Amino acid sequence: MLELVGTPAAPGMAAGPVVRLGSARRRSRVRRAASDEQSGIAGAIAAAQAALAALMESVGDDEAAGILAFQMALLEDDEITRPVAEGIAGGATADAAWSNVMSALIADYESSDDAYFRGRAADLTDLRERVLDALAGTDAQIIAPGSIVVAEDLAPSRFLATDWSGGGLVLQRGGTTSHVAILARSRGVPLLVGVGAIDLDDATEALLDSHEGLLVIDPDTAARERFERRRTAHEDRARADRLHLASEARTAGGARVRVMINVARPEELDAIDPAHVDGIGLVRTEFLFHDRRELPSEEEQYRVYRRIAEWAQGRPVTIRTLDAGGDKPIPGLTRDGESNPFLGVRGVRLSLERPDVLEVQLRALARAAVVGNVKVMVPMVAVPRELDRVRELLGKVVRDLNAAGVEAALPPLGMMVEVPAAALAVECFDTEFYSIGSNDLLQYLMAASRDEPALATLSKPGPAFWRVLRELCEYGDAHGREVSLCGDLASDVGAIPELIGSGLRTLSVAQATLAAVKAAVSRV
Amino acid sequence: MSATAQSSVVIEHEVGLHARPSVKLTQLAKSFQSRIEIATAAEGPWIDAKSIVKVMGSKTPKGALLHVRAEGEDAETAVQAIVALVERDFETA
Repeated sequence: MLELVGTPAAPGMAAGPVVRLGSARRRSRVRRAASDEQSGIAGAIAAAQAALAALMESVGDDEAAGILAFQMALLEDDEITRPVAEGIAGGATADAAWSNVMSALIADYESSDDAYFRGRAADLTDLRERVLDALAGTDAQIIAPGSIVVAEDLAPSRFLATDWSGGGLVLQRGGTTSHVAILARSRGVPLLVGVGAIDLDDATEALLDSHEGLLVIDPDTAARERFERRRTAHEDRARADRLHLASEARTAGGARVRVMINVARPEELDAIDPAHVDGIGLVRTEFLFHDRRELPSEEEQYRVYRRIAEWAQGRPVTIRTLDAGGDKPIPGLTRDGESNPFLGVRGVRLSLERPDVLEVQLRALARAAVVGNVKVMVPMVAVPRELDRVRELLGKVVRDLNAAGVEAALPPLGMMVEVPAAALAVECFDTEFYSIGSNDLLQYLMAASRDEPALATLSKPGPAFWRVLRELCEYGDAHGREVSLCGDLASDVGAIPELIGSGLRTLSVAQATLAAVKAAVSRV
Repeated sequence: MSATAQSSVVIEHEVGLHARPSVKLTQLAKSFQSRIEIATAAEGPWIDAKSIVKVMGSKTPKGALLHVRAEGEDAETAVQAIVALVERDFETA
């Protein structure tokens, strides 16, 4: 038996035989007559087209269909088929000719300055491999439903082509924000990432628990029983939790706890009833800046913020100004090559270095504040001067807008508490509310990088963290300033009793955990 | 009988000619007999509007003025259709 630890990227549990992907090597092909090679590549392209067409029939979401349509269009493009045919006429095998053309295109996309184009390189690589598989006759390995798939990384089209019912996915690399991770969460496929190199054979039995972040290979009876107990408990718990979804959260003692949600993309709101939440405690605005080649305009931002504020129907919506840098680089905005990006020019530090970008965002926010109950939150504040400068700029944009006859209101301005220097001197800041970013606060308090798996145990809250939280809640109570917590800790059901016990009364959680958190509050 | 037609239109799509708009543009272009080319400057370079590799490769950003020209029997209809596609922000009619 072997236990491997990884990072949960989509929650769930699965038990079944391991299927390793990408381990089968293609045999090199022997060149035949040029006419045979030409018909070989034509057949392989036709097979790939048929496979993509079948996939397009079965996928429901736009995102996936868009990738497949792009790949389909590439297969129909003379700019690809012509140089391949020329390569074969010049003496290359069909696979070499195809690989050369595609690899040159992939290299071109990979070297782009634009993150959007670099991201498309994966779609091109996926297509190159699909046609090579068809050419070699080694069609993609069959993945039986109920398998636990282990791969270094997985292409989105391959993910979509697989029947995941009863199964799960383990990636040796990959992150929780990758395309596959987003698809896995939206489709409820258990996904564990970052488990590192694994040496194991196909058909070995495995247990995947992506709540706990565990993969157990060749489990013994005791491990199986533990797994089944946890699985049953999770299913029972999920059923019971759902009963709490529509009601206000109160502790057993009757204390009201406001449970809000975090939003990273406005589409996430489509699946949620606003009546089930007390508001949005954190809108991450980074999505507006990713995968594009120019910064979002005031109008575009305004439309997005207004849509979110209207969804909330008067409930508070706390929108965070751009929190780029650290693990969230944005080409053309964040600095490349910082030796320690988590301690670098990120969050408000970057915003104050680029007031032109901040001003556009504040203008959009001030306009949206007319429509709904919008609050503005500033990340990574370390000293009062930083927040003061944002406040000055916010005042100026409201005056400018009003002077130009554009409707705008001054939204409440608050700060994230995530830098220890701010956490230990909260009374020094001219702020209307505090929101604890527990992920960063923990990594800075513990001096333990949160993307280093070996330090995962150090990133758990200890006495120093609880003291900071308690004192902040006491200060907020005494001075009438709201304190909330919007990091992953708020979604950690096991941490709820101690969070409430420390005086916290507002939580902002991942939407998938909304029912579970409300249920946990009711048991405190 | 061969005709030519030419027009121009500003790309208002939020991200410019990314994968999805490019796919729609090439699909529409292929539905015409005429040779159809696009360019981001009146003096060129002109690229084949039926090639996804070329259209994506143009990396045309939002706000760019897209020139469209066609040569062939249905040149006039083709240019009008492509301009209309860009004008309705690449939404399907």
